[in-house]
Amino acid sequence: MWHLLWNRFKQILRVLNGDDAYARYLAHWRILHAEEPLPSRAEFFRRETERRWNGIRRCC
Amino acid sequence: MSVPVPKTSVFSALRWPAVVGWLAVSVVGAGALGAIALNRGETINSAWFVVAAACVYAIGFRFYSLFIATRVLLLDSTRATPAERLNDGRDFVPTNRWIVFGHHFAAIAGPGPLIGPTLAAQFGYLPGTLWIVLGGVLGGCVQDFIILFCSLRRDGRSLGQMAREEIGPLGGFAAMLGVVLISLILIAVLGLVVVNAMKHSPWATFTVAATIPIALLMGIYMRNLRPGRVLEATTLGVVLLLLAVTGGGYVEGIPALRNVFDYDAPTLALFVIAYGFCAAVVPVWLLLAPRDYLSTFMKIGTILALAVAILLLNPLIKMPALTQFIDGTGPIFSGKLFPFVFITIACGAISGFHAMISSGTTPKLLTNEADARMVGYGAMVVESFVAVMAMIAATVLDPGVYFAINSPAGIVGAEAAQAVATISSWGFPVSVAQMSALARDMGEATLFARTGGAPSLAVGMASIFAQITGPGLLAVWYHFAIMFEALFILTTLDAGTRVARFIAQDFLGNFIPALGRTSWYPSVLITSALVVGAWGYFLYQGTQDPLGGINSMWPLFGIANQMLAAIALCVATTVLVKSDRARYVWVTAVPLAWLLLITTTAALHKLFNPLPKIGFLAHASDLSAKLAAHTLPTPLATLAPRMIFNDRLNSGLTLLFMVLAWVLVCDMVWVCVRHLRGQAGRPLAEVAYVRTALTHG
Repeated sequence: MWHLLWNRFKQILRVLNGDDAYARYLAHWRILHAEEPLPSRAEFFRRETERRWNGIRRCC
Repeated sequence: MSVPVPKTSVFSALRWPAVVGWLAVSVVGAGALGAIALNRGETINSAWFVVAAACVYAIGFRFYSLFIATRVLLLDSTRATPAERLNDGRDFVPTNRWIVFGHHFAAIAGPGPLIGPTLAAQFGYLPGTLWIVLGGVLGGCVQDFIILFCSLRRDGRSLGQMAREEIGPLGGFAAMLGVVLISLILIAVLGLVVVNAMKHSPWATFTVAATIPIALLMGIYMRNLRPGRVLEATTLGVVLLLLAVTGGGYVEGIPALRNVFDYDAPTLALFVIAYGFCAAVVPVWLLLAPRDYLSTFMKIGTILALAVAILLLNPLIKMPALTQFIDGTGPIFSGKLFPFVFITIACGAISGFHAMISSGTTPKLLTNEADARMVGYGAMVVESFVAVMAMIAATVLDPGVYFAINSPAGIVGAEAAQAVATISSWGFPVSVAQMSALARDMGEATLFARTGGAPSLAVGMASIFAQITGPGLLAVWYHFAIMFEALFILTTLDAGTRVARFIAQDFLGNFIPALGRTSWYPSVLITSALVVGAWGYFLYQGTQDPLGGINSMWPLFGIANQMLAAIALCVATTVLVKSDRARYVWVTAVPLAWLLLITTTAALHKLFNPLPKIGFLAHASDLSAKLAAHTLPTPLATLAPRMIFNDRLNSGLTLLFMVLAWVLVCDMVWVCVRHLRGQAGRPLAEVAYVRTALTHG
């Protein structure tokens, strides 16, 4: 019971925190881009960080 | 073609137990609001605030947002969202609605809803609270919701693009210029808030400085040591941050270290400016991204903790419902209750900047169009509640203490004895001994004249948290709260500088093509220097200003932010009219009219009020007259020419905001009238209906 709750909590944290971005991309890649080379975790984050924070993300 | 959505009344689905329940909510809400409004006792329990706010939000969400969703916007859950149609696994990703809610809330709630209510508490607790709750439910939530909807139906287009497509090129230009100017003023004023919290406070300065190496470490961790392990890096960052907060206490205790972190306001302003420049030109992975992960985490955690603490403790509000300062003579900012309470509290009630988020990341994540109600309207309800909590935290302080912390030295006097005498003479008793004891408890040398809202909020938060953990931890909680605010102020400073830089690069690229290449490093350096120079100027001047700078800059920020909200509501109104929903146009037109009324009145006051405390121009001519007559004391006499110039600059900006907003309103009315008369115009830019393939539809 507690173990389940803790795992659920950790999962929520991961998703809210953005920790699961690669896992999510992987799922997407399997369906749509499987013929293209898969970027490594490091490569994916390198590109994503660059792209994501160059824009309006935060408010006052 | 679109599947017709059955028209139902927002009340029709209610069975009788629900009717009884909602009637009870209304009665309780009305009772709590009445208790807040009519209380004339010494104190009032903050539970009334929580209950009143919760009931109004519940009714607003259940009925008004449902009305907007089903009658005005006709949300259609069978329609595929951009996240589904354009799914690229990166920007456009169908995401669980609670996760989108969390992201959206974290993006819209920054330091704004914490600072505005704290400053507006000088009028007493009542005006600010009413405006936050009612303005939120009828204004801010509606704006966020409808802009999110508009963007959802337009492939996640930005506010500027929508303004251009729906109203015309002028609309797009006004929105873009509005964003740049508001970013510059916002950064300057937020920078000033941090500087005022750090001046001559080694503990606070150390803690805030420590956030920089912590973010760098996280950045390197996520890129090189353990690529992409965001949660690990964030946990590491949070632990180090908490260590830094407690470590600051030791720094405070060691004289040699103390001196390393002890600075006056102008020096700190120069540090912040230098930092802002460095942060904006280094790659995002090194500083901005890790700090954003960190600040989001801290933000949600601290806000939850504050909510739980307030709910558990129900602290007593000591501020009166109304103070004598509603007549315009307030020490923190000048100007009468109308319109200045509405300008001072932007974020939390209605904030134009939210339209940038509602038309940015969020519409690209929603899986189901119907969730726009919960995310757009709902997240703003929560931000509005954060503003109510900030109001509670500010008003649980003794009013005398609140005014002693927030009043600038230029008004109450620089000496402690003089300041307490002035404040006590207003009927808010406070003593030097009380302030010294409080400063000692908080681990500070002094708490006088820490204008800006962050320190008084931190004192309020610390005293609430310390009721749970014991008074021994007051100083740690105080510096935790300061660090927490500084953390996302610095994030805003960095992110805002970049946003303004992109727009500047885009603009300058029309004249010098090389400058338009966003990744060309010389262009990055030049345009960043321009942007940082612009806000840095206001920030540095603010620290020189004997009235504390917040006095003139916060109203300017409020006017700018509300004008941006007016621009967003113009877009929303145009969309409603063009989608032949003109009979519901009041949903956006009434908040728009209200915003135009308050911003225009406030702008006219700031421009032409004959009182030097309120009018920029009157202040300038007052200073020049005194300067010519040699009646100014020496420090002021040397500053006066610069202050006169700043007054004129501020008036110019105010005028510019007003002209921008009104030109856009006229353009909007013109477009709407043409449409209603059946004349040809720009067609509605909505993307055609595609049926969702997902199971929820």
